Amino acid sequence: MPTETPPLFTLDLPDAEATARLGETLAPLLRAGDVLLLEGQIGAGKTHFARALISARLAALGRHEDIPSPTFTLVQSYDAAPEIWHADLYRLTHPDEAIELGLDEAFETAICLVEWPDRLGDLTPPGALTLRFSLRAGGAARAVEISGDAAWRARLQPLESWPDA
Amino acid sequence: MTRTLTFLGLESSCDDTAAAVVRMEETGPRILASVVAGQTALHAPYGGVVPEIAARAHAEKLDLCVEEALAEAGVTLADLDGVAVTAGPGLIGGVMSGVMCAKGIAAGAGLPLVGVNHLAGHALTPQLTEGLAFPYLLLLVSGGHCQFLIAHGPEEFTRLGGTIDDAPGEAFDKTAKLLGLPQPGGPAVEAEAMSGDPKAVHFPRPLLDRPGCDMSFSGLKTALLRARDAEVAEHGGLRRQARRDLCAGFQAAVTDVLAEKSRRALREYLAHAPEHPAFAVAGGVAANATIRARLEQVAAEVGATFAAPPLKLCTDNAAMIAYAGIARFETGAQDGMDLSARPRWPLDRSAPAMLGSGKKGAKA
Repeated sequence: MPTETPPLFTLDLPDAEATARLGETLAPLLRAGDVLLLEGQIGAGKTHFARALISARLAALGRHEDIPSPTFTLVQSYDAAPEIWHADLYRLTHPDEAIELGLDEAFETAICLVEWPDRLGDLTPPGALTLRFSLRAGGAARAVEISGDAAWRARLQPLESWPDA
Repeated sequence: MTRTLTFLGLESSCDDTAAAVVRMEETGPRILASVVAGQTALHAPYGGVVPEIAARAHAEKLDLCVEEALAEAGVTLADLDGVAVTAGPGLIGGVMSGVMCAKGIAAGAGLPLVGVNHLAGHALTPQLTEGLAFPYLLLLVSGGHCQFLIAHGPEEFTRLGGTIDDAPGEAFDKTAKLLGLPQPGGPAVEAEAMSGDPKAVHFPRPLLDRPGCDMSFSGLKTALLRARDAEVAEHGGLRRQARRDLCAGFQAAVTDVLAEKSRRALREYLAHAPEHPAFAVAGGVAANATIRARLEQVAAEVGATFAAPPLKLCTDNAAMIAYAGIARFETGAQDGMDLSARPRWPLDRSAPAMLGSGKKGAKA
């Protein structure tokens, strides 16, 4: 798991707009088979980040759609090339249920944003990028630690100049 | 109404599996039986409410629900005039098992098959329970949905606005989780709020400063987290009264947003249908007494009729599906054996997208 190695990036997200901007920055860098594991407690900004990322990818196709929370539906998918899957696994109790949802296949063919990825267990894709969101003291500030392998480091070069990315 | 119609309804698009029998009589619709097999009991050994992911589990329970509903209604398949089933939106595995079951019954008993939009089921419930005539303004507010709709007919809806992020029911659940209260969060937070001071902690009123009927609730989580953490830092824990105050403050914010946006939606609706001042609320959140009272007040301000179905018909059930099926059937609509499950199925086809479009891609 990449979580044991030092993060590639540790970024300050002073407000909700910064979290959204991170999603918009990553959006064009992603391709089929990419899995983003979004960690952090309730209210840490996971869904807000995912919404901004999905919204940016759809906007690039000239589409403007609502991005509902996947908490109740477990998965919201968006028809695009590649498809985008937004999953919230909070309510899962066993990794087998992720297979029932079809997540294992989506990991290979779609861009997947997965909230509460600890529910995946052994299904966690080895090449996934982990974003760990946390609250900073005061106001709306958050921080995010981004961890992944060397391939991700190369692809995430636009983040080197954050927050001016 | 020229004749009596009796429909079996099936619902399996989300966590619950349900079957019901509804009869349309000359005096109006009557629910002969409504059976909901919740997930809570089945999964009790594992604790908490677990979503039904597998089509298999829905399929197993559907048969039992149908048997029970028919027995309770005192009818057999021979007494039915049709089978209605939720064909979307929702979790694809669940929707598919419902559609398959309905097709089997329809084919086996030689009955007409009618596919129903789950959201239309909710939207038509005020007709089923209160006899509300078209058109009316509907606020559908539940765990997964929050939208204003004008209901013109059984399949004709105009969406005026909705949440751009979380639905209020989800916000209540997450508030309960963050404050160590039991699930489901709605009743738990409401009970705490009763003895809390809604002004003790300030919560924002998202999007109130913007025109239109769109809403936002996810920012309330941040406000709640901050206030909770400040309380814990100051007092070394969350005091009972502080928790009550947080619940009251949160509930007041949700209530204010829903009330003000309802006011705007009513204004838009009345410009469209001044001769039919009617406002209906459906969905589990309508069970919250504070929210309900405020919405009732908003309706009264403009002299609109207010209708809110009883709670057990606000949450997912099959009676609403049977009724929506009858309503469609009466307009001459019917589906064939090619009826397919639709993970995304917006009620308002002119709107680009809506909340609760469901998912696709799960294995059956």
